[in-house]
Amino acid sequence: MCPVSMRTRNNVVETGRQDGPVLLLAHGFGCDQNLWRLVVPALAEQYRVVLFDHTGAGRSDLSAWTPERYGTLDGYADDVLALCHELDLTDVVLVGHSVSAMIAVLAANQEPDRFAKLVLLTPSPCYIDDEDYRGGFSREDIDELLEALESNYLGWSAAMAPVIMGNPDRPELGEELTNSFCRTDPAIARVFARATFLSDNRADLAKVSVPTLVVECAQDAIAPPEVGRFTHENIAGSRLVTLDAIGHCPQLSAPEATVAAITGFVSGP
Amino acid sequence: MMCEADAGDRENADPAFSALLEDSAEDLYENAPCGYLSTLLDGTIAKINATLLGWLGHDREEIVGRRRFSDLLTVGGRLYHETHFAPLLRMQGELGGVAFEMKTATGGRLPVLVTSTVKTGSDGEAQLIRTTVFDASDRRAYEQELLRARDEAERERDRAQRLVKTLQQTLLPPALAEVPGMQVAAYYHPASADQVGGDFYDLFPINDGTWGFFLGDVSGKGAPAAVVTSLARYTLRAAAVHDPDPTVALGTLNTVLSQQFRGTDPRYCTVIHGRIRPHGDSATLTLAGGGHPPALLIRADGTATFVPILGGQLVGALPTARFAAVDVRLEAGDAVLLYTDGLTEARTHGRARYSEEQLRADLTGLAPATAPAVVEAVTDLLAGFGDGVEDDTALLAFSIPQSGGDQP
Repeated sequence: MCPVSMRTRNNVVETGRQDGPVLLLAHGFGCDQNLWRLVVPALAEQYRVVLFDHTGAGRSDLSAWTPERYGTLDGYADDVLALCHELDLTDVVLVGHSVSAMIAVLAANQEPDRFAKLVLLTPSPCYIDDEDYRGGFSREDIDELLEALESNYLGWSAAMAPVIMGNPDRPELGEELTNSFCRTDPAIARVFARATFLSDNRADLAKVSVPTLVVECAQDAIAPPEVGRFTHENIAGSRLVTLDAIGHCPQLSAPEATVAAITGFVSGP
Repeated sequence: MMCEADAGDRENADPAFSALLEDSAEDLYENAPCGYLSTLLDGTIAKINATLLGWLGHDREEIVGRRRFSDLLTVGGRLYHETHFAPLLRMQGELGGVAFEMKTATGGRLPVLVTSTVKTGSDGEAQLIRTTVFDASDRRAYEQELLRARDEAERERDRAQRLVKTLQQTLLPPALAEVPGMQVAAYYHPASADQVGGDFYDLFPINDGTWGFFLGDVSGKGAPAAVVTSLARYTLRAAAVHDPDPTVALGTLNTVLSQQFRGTDPRYCTVIHGRIRPHGDSATLTLAGGGHPPALLIRADGTATFVPILGGQLVGALPTARFAAVDVRLEAGDAVLLYTDGLTEARTHGRARYSEEQLRADLTGLAPATAPAVVEAVTDLLAGFGDGVEDDTALLAFSIPQSGGDQP
């Protein structure tokens, strides 16, 4: 039996200029590639934009998800590399939002030659406070998040899931439901939440050899300014841009400024 | 029109009703039976009603213009708000029935259900977010109870599955006996983690130079079938020691089963039972059977044929049953596969049943046909059928290595 292609498994969508530099957009915890939709049109004018859903999220093939492989960020980083191999992407600009910023760091450290540049959007290398390091959260806070996940299924229904997931070629079936974006199996969300918020990737930052841009928001309850600064200071030669934006998702709350930061870095020297 | 007339009549007729209509919009807002608040797009609270302030125990001055909606949530709730609620609200313009816990001024927690809509101006630009908040204390307690019951059910299921697995293991040999000069391999595929299957097999020494084996399938599944499986295994194994003819052991099993389960709950099985006598680089295999799918013989040249055992009957179905036996000589490079009908009756991808004839075709030309290679090939077939394998499947294979082969 041949392995299922990543293109199908991870719902790869390509758009933009085929002759432009490759921009691979990796979404964070809590949603799927829909989160990029306000910035994709502008980015597509200049770049070959490649979007995908992490295994377990969005319209990815849920049967490929296992708690073992996706219980740590390494499983996701391996997927990003496998995707680059299958689509034969080279000189990739990898844009990782939120937890995918650290997934991007892990992937780029494994195969630095594959990537031209990294853009880390609202990154945090470690969410939990640790001695002098301030990540902003405690273990108990993360347990509260898991409770919130448990009590909110946001459009997920075990009965509907096979209908939606089993008909990727008939997306209209899913559009009828509320919260059809970012629908996630609560059991999968729970494992992803743990992998996201309990990881400590501070030591991986120093190993980054690819030119890197760190983008943070002026007010972000998840990745506060000291975390953005820590990330910037620990990646040699990185640049830091602070957007005058609020929240953890500048690609939604400040799409123009986010596009400007990305294009300025990618097309610049 | 009718409605207006009715309302007018009623207003005139009923002073209590007209008093209701004097409710001011302000009072409706401030003292509504749910919490209301409006925030700027960045979450800063611009307006909040008295009901919600009362629930939380805050003064208006502490909140309006100074706090964001997410500041009123627990930290975990804030994480959820930032990663799920806020992005979804941005994309959809509305979001309803989301559970949070709000912090009260005294450090308590209020479980709530939150619904928000984004108000847009005439130009379509988002202007502010309107949010209603419902006290969900009772509902949350009920949900917690449901979650607790679900967790308990999952634990119970795990426990039952562990029990089934353990029971299944006791019905299968922990390791196959080694037969000098031969390769042996076996595999058991349980169709369900929740029920003990009814297939069984074993390979064991009988005396110097002779080994006994059997592979069978009892009717039914679950605990009742496991009782028959256990009885069949031990009966055959004991009977095999007493008489060199495997049809005699099958006769003994037939008598035991028909005596034990006579009456309203007849239990029977299909079995191939036999013995192996290796000599040098060949072996004689005696196969005796009752009602079981025929063994498949794969010769060193890749041809595959069935070994029919003519005249064998179901074991345990009749007080007296006839069993037949046939001898097969195995040479170097030959292999024999015993299997249960879970394999040949599995549904293939086209959802048609697999068959003995397809099995023969699929294993024709398999070279070298060693016992491990045959079992691996069939295991791959089973994996390909996925959930089309509806019944348990047992496999047992013997082979004689090619001279100069890799047999240790």
